[in-house]
Amino acid sequence: MKKFIMIATAVAVIGITPVVTNASPEDDLKAFRAYFLERFPNVPLEEFANGVYAIDSASREQWEAIEEFPPYEIAIEEGEEIFNTPFKNGKTFASCFRNGGIGIRGDYPYFDNDTGRVQTLPAAINDCLVKNGEKPLGYGKGKLASIMAYMAYTSRGQVIDVKIPHDQRAMDAYDSGKSFYYARRGQLNMSCAHCHVDNAGNQIRADILSPGLGHVSHFPVYRSKWGGLGTLHRRFSGCNKQVRAKPFPLQSDEYRNLEYFLTYMSNGIHWNGPGARK
Amino acid sequence: MKRRTFLRGTIATSMVGVAVSAGMLSPRAVLAAWPESSFAAKKVADALNSLHGTSAYTDSGDIKIKAPDIAENGAVVPITVSTGANAEAITVLVAENPQPLACNFELASNAQGFVSTRIKMGKTSDVVAVVKSGGKLMSAKKTVKVTIGGCGG
Amino acid sequence: MASKSIRIRANIKGDVTEVKALMSHPMETGLRKDKKTGEKIPAHFIKEVNAEHKGTSVMVAQWGVAVSKNPYLSFKFKGGAAGDTIKISWVDNKGESDTGETTIK
Repeated sequence: MKKFIMIATAVAVIGITPVVTNASPEDDLKAFRAYFLERFPNVPLEEFANGVYAIDSASREQWEAIEEFPPYEIAIEEGEEIFNTPFKNGKTFASCFRNGGIGIRGDYPYFDNDTGRVQTLPAAINDCLVKNGEKPLGYGKGKLASIMAYMAYTSRGQVIDVKIPHDQRAMDAYDSGKSFYYARRGQLNMSCAHCHVDNAGNQIRADILSPGLGHVSHFPVYRSKWGGLGTLHRRFSGCNKQVRAKPFPLQSDEYRNLEYFLTYMSNGIHWNGPGARK
Repeated sequence: MKRRTFLRGTIATSMVGVAVSAGMLSPRAVLAAWPESSFAAKKVADALNSLHGTSAYTDSGDIKIKAPDIAENGAVVPITVSTGANAEAITVLVAENPQPLACNFELASNAQGFVSTRIKMGKTSDVVAVVKSGGKLMSAKKTVKVTIGGCGG
Repeated sequence: MASKSIRIRANIKGDVTEVKALMSHPMETGLRKDKKTGEKIPAHFIKEVNAEHKGTSVMVAQWGVAVSKNPYLSFKFKGGAAGDTIKISWVDNKGESDTGETTIK
């Protein structure tokens, strides 16, 4: 019942009906995908991994010029070096991950039954550091973003495949993320969906709004605006600030659940991080 | 003649470079060739005068500028200048920048008339490409719009 | 000679070698203010880039603050062959410098 009320509330607040009430994640995914494939009929599903560049040729040309020698390559190298440098206790990051941490970016996010929370890769990286007696890193940029760049790079080309187990807590996390996405916030009183679903492809001043489908595939991202690399939660924080809402702490449950929902919505698209954007 | 001077000057720079890393020379000697007044000039003509000794140029259809019509982000604007002419130097200026001279490329005789880089533009402006060939200057320009973003910006 | 701040790719097609380089450098203009202190962040930018093919200079670039952060550069030349060394060095306004090398593929 709680699930029904949450969805109905979200729908009532927005006044649009993108999802059927009492829908399963699978139904949500079908509806989400169908909406974007219909809105952008000439864009194959795969291309949504390239965000606004899948729907606008002028900016795509500039992006392709940058991808000739993308600035995130520096971060991939830095990340690889940090990843392979042993901790004071002699162990390395490889000891904390499946397959030595190579090609496993797609294992995240997942619902952790022991902690009862969504576990993300940045959180796992810090857990690894703390477990080995090292200090945790900041979640938005710098060393952690570089490590993410390396780990994303070794996983490029793999299919996004987030699982939502038949567990009430996992479903609650998913629903929480979904409600966040469709809920209004901030002084501008807008939701993620207002821009990235209802107005995807439209302009907000001189920016073209990128579609929500495929949104998370390319993180961490080198933004020209940042002049450097940043993580998904850093971007969430910035977007929240832009509608003049108080951002949540990076790796808070709110952002973890949002990541869980959003990544699931991109299931079937390939991981293509790290990426370059304006 | 100019070209030979360039090559001689460059070998000296390389040797100076080696001397710098060997700790024999201070870095200031290496930077003596950097055209400070050209980069400080506030007008395109002054920058060209200072850099090439003249600001007189002819418009040329043989210079292609590849740059976006609307820059996604003014801090990183990819541009490519190419020409079929025998280019000794390619100079890039952003007319509306506080100091228009962005960069200058001195090319050896076996280098092609082609350079690509990413530049900063403060606002909507002509990007001016000047090619020095046979001691004379030719030029082409393209207007690149720089806007304020709405959400990403 | 692995450089921390210069990555170079050099590829030959026919008789033309295309060199692309990505450098890690703040290219600070000197006009930005530190958000916390309100003080201007001092200019810190690459002034000169030297590109050599087998020890002979092919291109010298003179840069100002209007070149983007983490600068990119590409140029082409004739007379190269697969296996030849391409060396790129930069010097900045603080006198710092770095050099990177690769071979033409």
